[in-house]
Amino acid sequence: MGMTEAILLTIATAATPLLIAAIGELVVERSGVLNLGVEGMMVMGAVGGFVIASLTGNPWIGVLAAIALGVITSLLFAFLTLSLAANQVATGLSLTILGLGVSSLMGEQFVGQAGKKLGNLDFPFLTDLPLVGPLLFGQDPIFYISIALVFGVSWFLFRTRVGLTLRSIGNNHHSAHALGIPVLRYRYLAVMFGGACAGLAGGHLSLVYTPQWVENMTAGRGWIALALVVFASWRPARVLAGAYLFGAVSIGQLHAQALGIAVPSQLLTALPFLATIVVLVLISQNVRATLINTPAMLGRPFVPDR
Amino acid sequence: MKKLLIGLAGVAAMSLGMAASALAEDPMKVCFVYVGSKTDGGWTQAHDIGRQELQAHFGDKIETPFIENVAEGPQAEGVIERFARSGCELIFTTSFGFMDQTMAVAERFPDVKFEHATGYKTSENVTSYNSRFYEGRYILGQIAAKTSEKGVAGYIGSFPIPEVVQGINAFTLGAQSVNPDFKLKVVWVNSWFDAGKEADAAKALIDQGVDILTQHTDSTAPMQVAAERGIKAFGQASDMIAAGPETQLTAIVDTWGAYYIKRVQDVMDGTWESQSTWDGLAEGILEMAPYTNMPDDVKAMAEATEAAIVSGELKPFTGPVNKQDGSVWLAEGEEAEDGVLLGLNFYVEGVDDQLPQ
Repeated sequence: MGMTEAILLTIATAATPLLIAAIGELVVERSGVLNLGVEGMMVMGAVGGFVIASLTGNPWIGVLAAIALGVITSLLFAFLTLSLAANQVATGLSLTILGLGVSSLMGEQFVGQAGKKLGNLDFPFLTDLPLVGPLLFGQDPIFYISIALVFGVSWFLFRTRVGLTLRSIGNNHHSAHALGIPVLRYRYLAVMFGGACAGLAGGHLSLVYTPQWVENMTAGRGWIALALVVFASWRPARVLAGAYLFGAVSIGQLHAQALGIAVPSQLLTALPFLATIVVLVLISQNVRATLINTPAMLGRPFVPDR
Repeated sequence: MKKLLIGLAGVAAMSLGMAASALAEDPMKVCFVYVGSKTDGGWTQAHDIGRQELQAHFGDKIETPFIENVAEGPQAEGVIERFARSGCELIFTTSFGFMDQTMAVAERFPDVKFEHATGYKTSENVTSYNSRFYEGRYILGQIAAKTSEKGVAGYIGSFPIPEVVQGINAFTLGAQSVNPDFKLKVVWVNSWFDAGKEADAAKALIDQGVDILTQHTDSTAPMQVAAERGIKAFGQASDMIAAGPETQLTAIVDTWGAYYIKRVQDVMDGTWESQSTWDGLAEGILEMAPYTNMPDDVKAMAEATEAAIVSGELKPFTGPVNKQDGSVWLAEGEEAEDGVLLGLNFYVEGVDDQLPQ
């Protein structure tokens, strides 16, 4: 395996959890809900996946557990913000803090244990092809799920009737409600989908990326996913590009350091956030484009009055 | 006015009474402030093991409350102050980034004694205690140079502070004592604890051809990556053999227990004084994990070096040593002063990296 392949593989591994969490949050925000608790749901998925995988000895059951825990955590958010119409920003932030606390409690017995790693795919012949083999046919299963999610979500949002309805709720929940669309039911499902994705992203961390459990192992990746959604101006394909760009920058700077090229790594760590700010400034220049993509009801609670 | 005076007198009498009863029977409170979680598998876990040894040694004569996950910086001040108010007689603040906060609280509570780990500031009631981790890293360097086939090791650094720079320099000097051409690649991850980033750094270094990995970050992720890729690595702060049974050559293990017991005894005997302690392998504040996964001759060399450091015969920072740019730092036979080491901000010759400033 040459160095180019090795670097590309490392980038893919670094980008996958960001991509999955961001694509889930994109659907949530398209429905008009702002869930800042991605980090909390992700870390719950990480602990759930690790614990169940080591108890059952099967990483696949761990993946399912990660998704389930992400959904359960998101349901708490959904109940508070949708059924009780609590403030979404405050609830999302508390969800992150809660997730970090509960996950360290749950995982206390499991810190430092060797984990079960979800194996890479291996097709006879295909995986051995130079360059494309390991990249296209030899990665971990969650990588393929992440790519499928991008295309699936893109198709769902822009090519299906249900997707159109979801976007219309995000743009004007009063009109949608007046048309008889069950706004809260749609939003519940969107938030749960976001939770499932965040949980899966967490599971990727504790079952593929670094097969172990340590407290707070998401280390801010949930926040990067949130930034990516804005960076992508709510378009799935741009989330894909953003996640890989971020992965490339963070892996590239490590390689640059190992080669002895002096790069201010602190600056590169801040790059995705700087890029988000720049993109925000740029898109706010073009009011029309901004209005088309930004869900107008983002973060506003909806209370059906009759 | 009279009422006020009587009231004040009452308060004074009550607090005197409380103080007296505290002296008479209540267990002494020795408090710990941790930067991470006590099960982090590295730095904080080593401190917590020390705390448990302390508790076991004195039994019900002391209480040892602790607070985990205290962020470095201004927020730490509130935590330390709460401890000081709650009747702690001795407070251990166990991370570099608690230094200024410890000094600030100590000034307001002159009767409480403070001990700050790995810093450089002291006062009437603040002691600074530290461990010469670099002694262990010199041994790691020697082992690396003996076992590496490619002659290049990878070093995952956290932050470019003197403690980490000491480690990199000592590792390089150790390696050069065996193989003068030995190369070291350094990657900074700007974090003490980010398993994913540490793993990425490990992969990047291995992809660039290093066949030995060492780290000054706290998670076991680099050890896992090394195991997966079939190269050897060293553990940090705690014995990490569980993460790489076939991979770990040895580890630097922090053992704070004996020091904690001694300092608490000093407070009990009334002999506690502010000081600046910087102990190493000889005093047992630092130990080497068993030498594993290496040939017998390498093991024998490592053990001999360890013995020489313990006896004081070998000091890692002894001349001739040049700075990275080739200028002379230590002349033949000259030993580095502790003051210089504590503020170390340059590399020695042979490190293949530019120190971030």
